[in-house]
Amino acid sequence: MTMFKSLKRSVLAASLLVASPLALANLHFLVPGGPGGGWDTTARGVGEAMVKAGIEDNASFQNMSGGGGGRAIAYLIESGTKKGDMLMVNSTPIVLRALSGKIPYSYRDLTPVASMIADYGAFVVRNDSPFKTWQDVIDAMKKDPGSVKVAGGSARGSMDHLVAAQAVKAAGLDGRRLRYIPYDAGGKAKAGLLSGEVNLLSTGLSEALEVANGGQARILAVTSADKLPDYPAIPTLKSLGYDMEFVNWRGFFATPDLPADKLAEYTEKLRKLQQTSEWEAVRARNGWLNLFQEKEAFIKSLEQQEAQLRVVMKELGFIRG
Amino acid sequence: MLDGIMLGLSTVLDWNNLLYVIVGCFVGTFIGMLPGLGPITAIALMIPITYSIGADSGMILMAGVYYGAIFGGSTSSILINAPGVAGTVASSFDGYPLAKQGKAGKALAIAAYSSFIGGTIGAILLMVAAPLLAKVSLSFQSPDYVVLMFLGLTAIAAFSNKGQFLKAMMMTVFGLMLATVGIDPSSGTERFTFGQADLLDGISFLLVAMATFALAEALINVARPEAEPDKKIDDPDTPKIGSTKLTKEEVKDMAPVVGRSSLLGFIVGVLPGAGATIASFMAYATERNLAPKALKDKFGKGSMRGLAAPESANNAACTGSFVPLLTLGIPGSGTTAIMLGALIAYGIQPGPMLMQENPSVFWAVIVSMYFGNIVLLILNLPLIPYFAKVLAMPKSVLTVMILFFSLIGVYLVSFNTFDLFMMVGFALVALVLRLLAFPMAPLLLGFILGDMIERNFRRAMMISDGSLSFLWDRPLTLSIFVISILVLLFPLKDYIVQRRKEKAATQAEQHA
Repeated sequence: MTMFKSLKRSVLAASLLVASPLALANLHFLVPGGPGGGWDTTARGVGEAMVKAGIEDNASFQNMSGGGGGRAIAYLIESGTKKGDMLMVNSTPIVLRALSGKIPYSYRDLTPVASMIADYGAFVVRNDSPFKTWQDVIDAMKKDPGSVKVAGGSARGSMDHLVAAQAVKAAGLDGRRLRYIPYDAGGKAKAGLLSGEVNLLSTGLSEALEVANGGQARILAVTSADKLPDYPAIPTLKSLGYDMEFVNWRGFFATPDLPADKLAEYTEKLRKLQQTSEWEAVRARNGWLNLFQEKEAFIKSLEQQEAQLRVVMKELGFIRG
Repeated sequence: MLDGIMLGLSTVLDWNNLLYVIVGCFVGTFIGMLPGLGPITAIALMIPITYSIGADSGMILMAGVYYGAIFGGSTSSILINAPGVAGTVASSFDGYPLAKQGKAGKALAIAAYSSFIGGTIGAILLMVAAPLLAKVSLSFQSPDYVVLMFLGLTAIAAFSNKGQFLKAMMMTVFGLMLATVGIDPSSGTERFTFGQADLLDGISFLLVAMATFALAEALINVARPEAEPDKKIDDPDTPKIGSTKLTKEEVKDMAPVVGRSSLLGFIVGVLPGAGATIASFMAYATERNLAPKALKDKFGKGSMRGLAAPESANNAACTGSFVPLLTLGIPGSGTTAIMLGALIAYGIQPGPMLMQENPSVFWAVIVSMYFGNIVLLILNLPLIPYFAKVLAMPKSVLTVMILFFSLIGVYLVSFNTFDLFMMVGFALVALVLRLLAFPMAPLLLGFILGDMIERNFRRAMMISDGSLSFLWDRPLTLSIFVISILVLLFPLKDYIVQRRKEKAATQAEQHA
């Protein structure tokens, strides 16, 4: 029976660690994906910093994957205020998947609380690539749109694809003629680039830095509005004369019937967190860039992003009308 | 390199780090043992701990958890037919029949020794050839994965007993069909989701494996209690677990199998697009194809070779996956992706420069793998009789336990009740199919390979502009393709030879 005792204990330990019980927690984080992903690290990082900085007594986390994030949204709406303080982490896909109809909700069905961090689109080539600048890529595409094969870590119509299509469009080319090669994950897209079967990689800046800092690849451009203080050497599309910017935010949402005083409390806590050294440690550790926006500004940027994505998705034929 | 090994040794022999090796292996083994929970969950649980310790210790701990989980996963595969980890699904094909024959102790011992050898051979290869192997992992492009997976599919023959080829084929096709559920990887459109949001992400491999193996097995126990008279209840003090000792002949018989499978597993593990699960299936199929005629028929019915092959391959593959992770900064799986995130959080940049910039991390991880494998062996061997006692439980209790742990295991991965309903549905279908003597392994093979073949094939087609020329454009693709054709034709030779013999015999009879 030794095994079963240990098994029981491990199950208990695992369930405690993975999904701490609601009753004990002061602030509960709902993660729409599995452990270890981007959403998960954001929620856990914010929670950890809050507790360490003394802003919150306790933070608990619950992973709820499924339905492209839709299940967690449904759960958040359903739970309302009954289950105590609950924040769901999400990012650009909530806008994107709502537009494409993959999830039956949009951010309008929730209370956007605040955005926390930002990642930007980045375009990467192999070290020995003939493309030295983003201009070289555009020139090659102008000559022959099929000559540039663009890898991305997810299916057609996902963020990597849309960002690349917009960047190409900003140079006056047809986004539909972009040759997008989908991979099953960011890591595999990187392997594809390094193996030489594609010649450009469209990905997030943080993932791009993982290969670029290793010295096997170069980042040609990022999609941030201004040059990033941490990486001044990387040109932005704007600085190169292409009118295109894109930000992949990560932020928090609460139930639609959230009382105003609760919203103020959450916002205050997240704002306070920005100034703490504990948050700075978490942020630097993960290579995140701050993008703190409170509700009004957050909603505005969500609307902007929605409009921007709607245009490009229509052009590429992912949505009609 | 000697300096590196000395550096790694001095780091690992620090009592703190030795402790982390032991803790990592221990935690990994136990979480891996729980049906459904694998290295990804185990490592995610370790992350908060790793931040508070240094980079060397953190990586040592996580590596220990990783191969510990693969090591532990085989225990539940063998004992209760409920794979703990996707990489040990293939271990249940022959491991569980062995346990049923009262050789549970031996089966667990084979698993432990094979894992140990697979892990150790992997660690040696990693040490001597990591930078060189980085080239191997980058030399594989989408077309090569297509033909590699195609080679894997030829293994259906390995899963079909005499006269069952058609059934095995049907199950493979069923698996291929299941793999198409979810968002189409190339176009982004939904397929066979029936408007059900829970099907968007596709069906999880582990869910299918647990439903068709563990759950269906438990249901069969209920449906046919008389099939195996339960003697164990009468005699609870001497459970039939058998000896854990291997005879000299058995060791001699399995040694080349373990050697080959470790090598194969390691190479497959080095490829970012494959991994431990594919490696274990391929090793199983290869050994089945290479086995002499008499031993071939034992596969699937409790062949020791059939257990040793996937067990050494999955551990070697798990070690192999550190090649792209450390030398290129490319994660081949969800588990290594988490480890990459942790490395970056430590401020360590994996890649070609890692060996120069952070030699202590690089060498400490590799050297810790030797220790880890020894720890796992020491940890597991004495525990085998205790683990195996599970089988001594009355069947009525055991069946309930299996149901409980497999359902809980799948739930703990996704926290989605829909998965539970889906699992029960699959188990019922599997129950009917199994009563009709359909084999389940080809279903899993088709399911896991179907998805990878499709993704890589469509990618290869897009890259080559819709031309099939990618099949012969590169020598690597062509050679794997030719090998798989030969493997397909190989059984035909036996068939023809046999027909000729029969013909000659009948002619001889007529003359007489």
